[in-house]
Amino acid sequence: MSNPTNSGEPLVRVDGVEKVFHRGAEEIHILAQLHLEVPAGEFLALMGPSGSGKSTLLNLIGGLDRPTKGTVTIAGERVDQLSDRQLAAWRARHIGFVFQLYNLMPVLTAERNVELPLLLTHLSRAERKKHVETALAMVGLSHRAKHFPRTLSGGEQQRVGIARGIVTDPTLLLCDEPTGDLDRKAGDEILNLLQALNREHGKTIIMVTHDPHASARASRTVYLNKGQLSNVPVA
Amino acid sequence: MAGLLNWFAQIAAITRFGLMSIPQRRGAVAATVFGIAGVVAVLVGVLSIAAGFRRAMAASGAADSVIVLRSGSDSEMVSGFGREETRVIADTPGVARNAQGPLASAELFVIINLAKRSTGTDANVPLRGVEAAALPVRDNVKFTDGRMFTWGRNEVVVGAGAAHEFAGLEVGSTIKVGRESWPVVGIFSAGGGIAESEIWSDAKVLQAAYNRGDSFQSVYARLNSAGAFQEFKDALTSNPRLNVKVVRQSDYYAEQSQTITRLITTLGVLIAGLMAVGAVFGALNTMYSAVAARTREIATLRALGFGGGAVVVALMIESLVLALMGGAVGAVAAYVAFDNFRAATMNWQSFSQVTFAFAVTPQLLVQGVVWATVIGLLGGLLPAIRAARLPIAAALREL
Repeated sequence: MSNPTNSGEPLVRVDGVEKVFHRGAEEIHILAQLHLEVPAGEFLALMGPSGSGKSTLLNLIGGLDRPTKGTVTIAGERVDQLSDRQLAAWRARHIGFVFQLYNLMPVLTAERNVELPLLLTHLSRAERKKHVETALAMVGLSHRAKHFPRTLSGGEQQRVGIARGIVTDPTLLLCDEPTGDLDRKAGDEILNLLQALNREHGKTIIMVTHDPHASARASRTVYLNKGQLSNVPVA
Repeated sequence: MAGLLNWFAQIAAITRFGLMSIPQRRGAVAATVFGIAGVVAVLVGVLSIAAGFRRAMAASGAADSVIVLRSGSDSEMVSGFGREETRVIADTPGVARNAQGPLASAELFVIINLAKRSTGTDANVPLRGVEAAALPVRDNVKFTDGRMFTWGRNEVVVGAGAAHEFAGLEVGSTIKVGRESWPVVGIFSAGGGIAESEIWSDAKVLQAAYNRGDSFQSVYARLNSAGAFQEFKDALTSNPRLNVKVVRQSDYYAEQSQTITRLITTLGVLIAGLMAVGAVFGALNTMYSAVAARTREIATLRALGFGGGAVVVALMIESLVLALMGGAVGAVAAYVAFDNFRAATMNWQSFSQVTFAFAVTPQLLVQGVVWATVIGLLGGLLPAIRAARLPIAAALREL
């Protein structure tokens, strides 16, 4: 697996981004003049207290939301300028998501869940099957391919979620509290897996977490507080 | 082309999840399906009454059959001819003939009271006096029980519809005609036509029983061909000895059926329309709850790159599938319950009862399915649009 990068350019560049939400007449400023660069191949942990805007930033990078101001450039492409339709196609091509609550389809088996993003590609059924097998093997779940989510443990479900996130070999893997719903042991297994994906396969990963234990596995940690980033924890 | 295939694949995938999750919300789904089934069953059921009535009337006249009435008469009730006039009509060019003579039957039309089997209340039943040519003029008359009455005797034969609908019309029983009691000697069918609603006797004996002298009310005739109608009509209307109105039997009965079929159709569409409004809300409710229950799933698919348009189309398909299931259930129920169900109603032109069978025709079934489709599309549209507009980031965290 490989990442498309432009030499000298960071894979992710967030520049002067502001995000304002409206609640009735009230304006809530979540992110203010935020700058972030993530080079290809980095495993970045994004920490901060609840409501600090971690997930909002992750959503802007993942093309699930648009900034009120500023630019988001991923692999040289201005994501904030894409239409909804273009964004959907762009996400399918470039982004793998891993969610805190796994977000698997309960009516589909593990392998069918992993296959989902491949339905948006032009791969044949046989090619899709091969990709799914590879992804499930990478997360150590080949033997659970035919199982439905309800018969899997939380850790196993999250591994299926990660397999779904990497099956298209995306430019960027975005993880939103991937261990937030797991016990320490299962959480460690997930972190081992993410670390291996980063170190052995060169995956660029941005992980939102509350947990210092999780962020310790990342190659760099940044802290978000009151809409601003810093390289040191908030006191 | 590849983009389109990809789009169809997205729709197929989302539709599949929706349909696979139906067992988890079977209560709401069943309510919707049966709600729509009810609309279709009522619509098809009520319209089958109109279709059956129209069919009974339409089955009453072959293309080469005509009825001659006094000019200005809308029905046999208000028409009248003397013997001489009926002879002139029978001898007019264009009338078909057999070995016994012209195929023209001068007929008398009176109304008697009989009790309905269903309610026991009296109803007007047409009693028709016919001549010997009546059978070849209506070549679809067949005896299902007993025999034809003997000419010159006080006997009657009864149409199958009348025998079914009114009490005391079995072969061997007697009916009161004027001051006398006449035996029923036969039951006949007439291809489901209006003659099946009537009782027939010899015109001559009926004239005597009702003190009608030698008068008639109509002449039923068979022409050489359907194309001979104009020649026949022109010959009659230009004859200075006659003052007549000539109509094809099919047109005559079609006109008579118009008022009732229009009334029933309007009523049926109105009732079904009101029910359909309720069914649309039922479908809306089901699809809104389907979207609410799957908010996180839909948001996840959107995050993975599935398009909003594909979500809309897939949810519309799901709603349509439920509606068509309802439509099919309703259509089958209507067919089983109503097709061939026999009833009688008043023909307001002749002030007498017409018996007929409800007809659940293929066109009605198609109409029912079309209604179900419209309900499904209306019920699915708004929830589908809501699903596609869900803010993905927030919906991903829904529990």
